[in-house]
Amino acid sequence: MSPLALDIAHMFAGGLVLVSFMMLYQNRLLPLINVLSLHSLLLALSVAWQAHVQDNPDLYLTAMIALGFKSLVIPMALRRMVVRMGLHRQIEVAVGAGLTMLLGIGLVALSMDLMLRVTAGANALVREDVALALSVVLLGLLMMVTRRNAISQVIGFMSIENGLILAGTGARGMPLVVEISVAFSVLIAFIVIGVFLFRIRERFDTVDVQALDRFRGERR
Amino acid sequence: MPMVLACITGLLVVSVLSLALLRHRTATPLVYGACLVISLALCAAALLSIGQASSQAVLPLGLPWLGAHFRLDPLACAFLAIVNFGAASASLYALGYGRHEKEPGRVLPFYPAFLAAMNLVVVADDAYSFLFTWEFMSLTSWALVMTRHRTAKTGYAGFVYLIMASFGTFALLFAFGLLAGAHGDYAFDAIRAHHLASGMAGLALLLAVVGAGSKAGLVPLHVWLPLAHPAAPSHVSALMSGVMTKVAIYAFIRIAFDLMGDPSWWWSLPALVLGGTTAALGVLYALMETDLKRVLAYSTIENVGIIFIAAGLALAFKASGLAGAAALALTAALFHALNHMLFKSTLFFGAGAVIVATGEQDIERLGGLIHRMPLSSGAFLAASMAISALPPFNGFASEWLLFHSILVSPQLPQMGLKLLVPAVGVLLALAAALAAACFVRAFGATYLGRPRTAAAAQAREADRWSLAAMLICATLCLLAGLFPGFVIDWLQPAVTALVTGHMPPQAGIPWLSIVPVSASRSSYNGLLLFSFMAASAGLAAVVVHRFASRTVRKAPFWDCGYPRPGILAQYSATSLAQPIRRVFGAITFAAHEQVEMPPPGDLRQARLRRFLRDPVWEFMYAPVASAVGTSATVLNRVQFLTIRRYLSLVFITLVILLVVLALWG
Amino acid sequence: MGMRSELAAQFTQMLLVLALAPALTGATRKVKARLQRRIGPPVLQPYRDLRRLCGKDVVLAENSSWLFRAAPYLIFAATWAAAALVPTFQTGLPFSWAGDLIAIVALLGAARFIQAVAALDTGTSFGGIGASRELMIASLAEPAMIMVVFTVALVAGSTQLSTIATFMLDKGGLRVSLAMALVALIIVALAENARIPFDNPSTHLEVTMVHEAMLLEYSGRHLAMLELAASLKLLLYISIIACIFFPFGLITGGTGLQAHAISLAAYLLKVIAASVLLATLETVIAKMRVFRVPNLLGIALMLGLLGTLLLFVSGGM
Repeated sequence: MSPLALDIAHMFAGGLVLVSFMMLYQNRLLPLINVLSLHSLLLALSVAWQAHVQDNPDLYLTAMIALGFKSLVIPMALRRMVVRMGLHRQIEVAVGAGLTMLLGIGLVALSMDLMLRVTAGANALVREDVALALSVVLLGLLMMVTRRNAISQVIGFMSIENGLILAGTGARGMPLVVEISVAFSVLIAFIVIGVFLFRIRERFDTVDVQALDRFRGERR
Repeated sequence: MPMVLACITGLLVVSVLSLALLRHRTATPLVYGACLVISLALCAAALLSIGQASSQAVLPLGLPWLGAHFRLDPLACAFLAIVNFGAASASLYALGYGRHEKEPGRVLPFYPAFLAAMNLVVVADDAYSFLFTWEFMSLTSWALVMTRHRTAKTGYAGFVYLIMASFGTFALLFAFGLLAGAHGDYAFDAIRAHHLASGMAGLALLLAVVGAGSKAGLVPLHVWLPLAHPAAPSHVSALMSGVMTKVAIYAFIRIAFDLMGDPSWWWSLPALVLGGTTAALGVLYALMETDLKRVLAYSTIENVGIIFIAAGLALAFKASGLAGAAALALTAALFHALNHMLFKSTLFFGAGAVIVATGEQDIERLGGLIHRMPLSSGAFLAASMAISALPPFNGFASEWLLFHSILVSPQLPQMGLKLLVPAVGVLLALAAALAAACFVRAFGATYLGRPRTAAAAQAREADRWSLAAMLICATLCLLAGLFPGFVIDWLQPAVTALVTGHMPPQAGIPWLSIVPVSASRSSYNGLLLFSFMAASAGLAAVVVHRFASRTVRKAPFWDCGYPRPGILAQYSATSLAQPIRRVFGAITFAAHEQVEMPPPGDLRQARLRRFLRDPVWEFMYAPVASAVGTSATVLNRVQFLTIRRYLSLVFITLVILLVVLALWG
Repeated sequence: MGMRSELAAQFTQMLLVLALAPALTGATRKVKARLQRRIGPPVLQPYRDLRRLCGKDVVLAENSSWLFRAAPYLIFAATWAAAALVPTFQTGLPFSWAGDLIAIVALLGAARFIQAVAALDTGTSFGGIGASRELMIASLAEPAMIMVVFTVALVAGSTQLSTIATFMLDKGGLRVSLAMALVALIIVALAENARIPFDNPSTHLEVTMVHEAMLLEYSGRHLAMLELAASLKLLLYISIIACIFFPFGLITGGTGLQAHAISLAAYLLKVIAASVLLATLETVIAKMRVFRVPNLLGIALMLGLLGTLLLFVSGGM
């Protein structure tokens, strides 16, 4: 593979990590959804580039799924949901942005240290993509942990899934069937979560997941 | 070597003689004069003999089967020069400053003994004399801290210092115990020949970091330093901050690089992590402080952190066989140690002059001294710029070397270190930027603006001796920044002896540039930058005065049309630090402010109170102190037993020991 | 190329930045005014301002010291020395070996130190507020800048700007680390030059001002020096960005009049583009609250660190 192709692939993957950090920083819901859309768009571009480089037409389909569903449909649905629930002006009081960022950098360092050691024998593209993909997954988890709002948790979940796809395409072997089924399961999960959101909202008049904890009799 | 020992003996003799002279009026100039001469002689000897082969001497003192070993090798020479130059300038300063001492009898006998002890630690060549002189150094400095024993703060400072010093010596004792091995061969030569198992070596290194670090002021072992250093008279503060911490760093370098043999890569971790934390936290503490000498003491902690970062990097490079990079990092460490001695001495001398002139050491009660004390304020400004790592002064030259050794770190094979070192670099850059803020604040509140008290308004310039000491040190700060190549070349024998590599010789490089690795990578030329700045500033001034209006009118200050004549409208040191306190202190110190507003109709003033918490004290020392208190209360009962019970206690202990011996013996 | 022509190029370069700096400020103001549908002052207005300031008397506060009078010249000298180290249209000039990127950062730090100290000299409240905020901003901007320097230096294997530019011309590829470094550097440049969103360069009485508050007590020729130094610093940062990330047209060898003309034109184009972009940016975004500033600078710092970390996965390192 030519160095330029490698550079571009690396650029997309690194950009994905960067957008994950943007997600961690953004505390308003509507811009957060835009960031998710950007995240998926970058993923689509990255996958398309992999398809071009690996000469693997299946991956174009994956890219289309990422672009269509995750970059357009789901964000639009989320946006409608936020507006209908009247959450679009809400600012989420997350754990301090600075602290989250520091944790995030620590996680990126950790995943690099780990992945570069584990995949020592593999080729450069795979190593880097897997290391960066693990970072994206961990950052998504961090986001789900530090946020209280159910919608931001959904967005964190989506970004985790994006990270998994990045890892899968880099490793040249994720069969299309798996990919499509993952995409559909995510879609279904999304619908289920959406339905749940409205139910939570009807019952508790908020989407703050703390309300659920209280309902289950747990104390924070 | 004989000459060095003779000089040190001379210092001890001066210490004894001063006891006889105490009542005499000439005691102060005589003692300090003698110390000045002897220190200069020692400094010259060290400067000249660094390139020579090491020389040894064994005196029939100390343990009968061991004797007292002394040795003068390049590393010892480097530190002897640092110690004795600091000592000489402090003595020069004290020729004038010492006259203001109310109880000279509490300073004079201990001062030469303290100097002798620091020298002896550096030349000691066996564990017994090292520890003995180390403890001697602690005790003499403790006596000097207790000079103003009548103030309650000093008593507390002395108490904390004594505890921490004993703790540090304790750790070093165990470190040497481990290093010497089961046979107890305490000469350093034998320790060098002795190789430890990996685990034992790690433990010994950790103990050495704790022992040397507690004397040098590594966070979290620093708590005594900002109490004890400011409590002493200013020339002693300068010595403790500028020189004694260097002796502690010497101890770490001696143990980690020389005595312990080939390092493993993870030995560098404690030095790197603790050093980075210390550098950033130390300067943050300094920014929260308003006592001038405590600000300086906290900034010492910061600089110790910087030196430990450099030493840790050198260890990591040495472990991976990167001799050139190790030499670069170690040179940065030694160079910064030298620089810190120079500028910290100047700063403490300046603080002493301020205290003599005004009787105040709270910077909230000073101000406007630049008009009354022009020369010492110039020296303080130069040293402030040097300690803030700004070109063309020396602090920048050494930190520049350190940044470049961080830039070499990707060559390290360990991924963990590769990722850690840039993070430490962030802490280092943060510390450098915050140090600039800290010293703008210290200098601005003390010397600039309008005087905040009557005492500050009537200050007088310091005496000639003090001024001479300050100006010499400040000039050397500039010179070491302009000609860093000579210092680097001079340090190379010590560096080569420890890491087997060396930096490229700097003397042959055209235009007196310094080049750490290779010319295409980076080079720095302080002299050229300085001459260019001087020339362009001069040129600009000439051009502007030639072609522009030359008139100057004096008027009251404008302050954007809202001048308030009252002195309270002037920005205070606390408010200068407010943005930084809010940004960095909110998490570190749980800093917050509270406005106490009296109800309407009440004529009392509104008050703004600020709250800070010392995290180290609260989370480390307070629990230990309360545990000690609780256990003391519990054990108090043991004091009221009958004789029979005491005997039975002794008996039971003896039997248990015998059983242990029988089982494992 | 002989020593003499190298020195000539060096001095041309230094005089060029000095002469160009006020025009950059003027052009930025002009574009900004046009974007806001005003006519705005002519591009050459800053030169007239400088001349006018030089002709006026200096009004000194009664309690100011020698430091207050020396500071403008020292600040100007430090900034100009830093500017002389940055290649504008030609690399490898003799003076550029006197210092690398770290030295440039430190020289600007020295200028800031003197500026803050001079602001405290008269003991006014505005001087104090400006100095304290400037120091807070610098305490984050400087580490961020150092991290950018690390990233770039690890890519190019040097901290020397000439070497970096040559490397980027020859082998500079697309790298995500460099993109991050660029964003971080732009944030730092905005903060260091007291531009929106950190500070508003066109205010003169506002509780939020930072840089202007430090200059309040200055007048006449002193103020002229400080204004010139501020313009110079803006041009310096633009030149650094151009030199590291957009080194197109830079002469590395040095041949002939034509090559010089092309590279000079390329440099001028880059500066004009930067000025237009800066004006656009300042028009579309609003100034931040002072205590939001650390967040943005924290992001710059994080980007710098992340850029350095990501370098370790990019194959070669």
